[in-house]
Amino acid sequence: MNWKSLLAACLTVLTPVSVTAAEGVDAMIDRAVTPLSDALSAVIFYEIPIPFADQGIPFIVVWLVFAALFFTFYFGFINLRALKHAFRLVRGDYTPPEAAGEVTHFQALATALSGTVGLGNIAGVALAVSLGGPGATFWMIMAGLFSMSTKFAECTLGVKYRNEYADGTVSGGPMYYLSKGVAEEWPALAGLGKVLAIVFSVFCIGAAAGAGTMFQTNQAFSQLVNVTGGAESPLGGFGWLFGLVVALLVGLVIIGGIKSIARVTEKIVPFMAIVYVSAGLMIIGINIELLPSAFSAIISGAFQPEGIYGGFFGVLIMGFRRAAFSNEAGVGSAAIAHAAVRTDKPVTEGLVALYEPFIDTVVVCTITALVIIVTGSLDPTGQIAGVELTSRAFGSAIDWFPLVLLLAVLLFAFSTVISWSYYGLKAFTYLFGEGQRTELVFKAMVLVAVVLGSSINLVSVMNFADAMILAMSVPNLIGVYLLTPVVKRELTNYWSDYKAGRLKIYR
Amino acid sequence: MKRILVGIDGSDCGGRALSTAVEQARAANAELIICYVIAWSPYTFSTPQENAERHRRREEELEAARSKLLEPQVARLKASGLVVEGLARHGHPVRTLIQLADEHKADIIVVGRTGDTPLKTRLFGGTAGGLAQSSPVPVLVVP
Repeated sequence: MNWKSLLAACLTVLTPVSVTAAEGVDAMIDRAVTPLSDALSAVIFYEIPIPFADQGIPFIVVWLVFAALFFTFYFGFINLRALKHAFRLVRGDYTPPEAAGEVTHFQALATALSGTVGLGNIAGVALAVSLGGPGATFWMIMAGLFSMSTKFAECTLGVKYRNEYADGTVSGGPMYYLSKGVAEEWPALAGLGKVLAIVFSVFCIGAAAGAGTMFQTNQAFSQLVNVTGGAESPLGGFGWLFGLVVALLVGLVIIGGIKSIARVTEKIVPFMAIVYVSAGLMIIGINIELLPSAFSAIISGAFQPEGIYGGFFGVLIMGFRRAAFSNEAGVGSAAIAHAAVRTDKPVTEGLVALYEPFIDTVVVCTITALVIIVTGSLDPTGQIAGVELTSRAFGSAIDWFPLVLLLAVLLFAFSTVISWSYYGLKAFTYLFGEGQRTELVFKAMVLVAVVLGSSINLVSVMNFADAMILAMSVPNLIGVYLLTPVVKRELTNYWSDYKAGRLKIYR
Repeated sequence: MKRILVGIDGSDCGGRALSTAVEQARAANAELIICYVIAWSPYTFSTPQENAERHRRREEELEAARSKLLEPQVARLKASGLVVEGLARHGHPVRTLIQLADEHKADIIVVGRTGDTPLKTRLFGGTAGGLAQSSPVPVLVVP
């Protein structure tokens, strides 16, 4: 591991940032990133043409949806038939009392969820509905339901092939099942597995810096500016200051090891999620007489769209794409978070992970969409989209709710940064070796990304972030396909034990 | 009375509970089980980093409880001729003590009324109250 050269490389990237004026930096980064961003986007978002439609389907959407459908059929609709059992696993019915003090199924699920529930559920849905019409909701729910099976497969593998170190810590995720798993199952393809693991790690580091960090602080700051007065906001232009404050807090958690900040966020985030969902349900409840027409708009819009985005496929893609962004099924990030659970049966964590897309997409995203539709906030011109639209929809029913939403956005963004900095760190140490110094280099990069995210506004960087996170699914899913027999074996054994009543129930 | 289970928490009051339990054990010629419950809930929220290190932390917590609180007492009481066992476990104090009493077929649970800090007092005071309400065996609360 040559950390010195790495550090030197980081410094060379950073030095100009500190010396050049803001405009210069923007342009410089733009110049550096655009070719990369364009190249990656050209592949990931390559539009596969569809006959008789003016719009193609992006490659990555086909890739993720095909996987979701494949795993759903291959595992016999595991996403639906295992929900009840998965709930009992989360509740701890099958956890022996001797395991008290270890990471529980509930904790692993909650941690993974706090990494995924976030802007996607608030802003992404609004984008889908404003561009694709109400019908996009239908396809988003469908994609959410099917991608539960993808999450099941990857999280089972994440636990099965994790590393358990002598000091009692664990480390798991796609890089381990791609390298170890593929080598065990297909010895002839061991080399391919290694390559996949490396490619995955590179994308994961990019996604952690981009979608996991820069995009989060960028959106959080723009919401802060919107709520405090939009263009006239006194905060306008102080993105760098906001970035520094967030970087300080993030730094205290990930470098300083100040657990209390993390703990406070981890407690407030679920609370905010509950507040968000309850407020949404309340608004839907107030407008209950509009609910049937909202549902019919969703169903009819799904098949006979009037959306401005462009026909049936336009709506379908909009829904699928936002679902993929929101729940990250197939991306492999969740497999890293779920791998920490203490269990000798990897399938159990896979089953628990079914709830992640369910809660994230089927429940939370649907509530956002319904609130936007029943409050009639949908802007026919599509001018108001993203967080602003959600804010307007909630604000029309509860006038102070945009402030709560702002707090939710800030906290969700913060917890997403914490989660993704960990995912990125795991990929980084996989590539460059474990060690305090390697970790510090990566953590410093995260902090720089926090500041850059809120202080620069670059389309190329944002596109790059989008492409990177979805690109992770290419190496990840190739590996998951190769390892489906492993998951199938584990599932068959476990399920026959469960059906025959051989699993011990402790409560 | 064959087995007495006593809950300690490192506080003075927990120490008085232990002394009372020892007297009872000697008088009844019973076995003594000393328990230390490390407050923990399966439903808390944590960061991925904390989860990854959880197993190690758990071992450290158990080791600290055993070496600092349980083993010195167990060794001292064993030397005085009692049959003693020390147990440390994570969980909700009330539920865990009841569970341990059940697992070890204890005939009585002895606990202190208060812990050492105001917060712990609330928790441990709560423990005595909670045990009184839901324990399947008699509970002796020591002031």
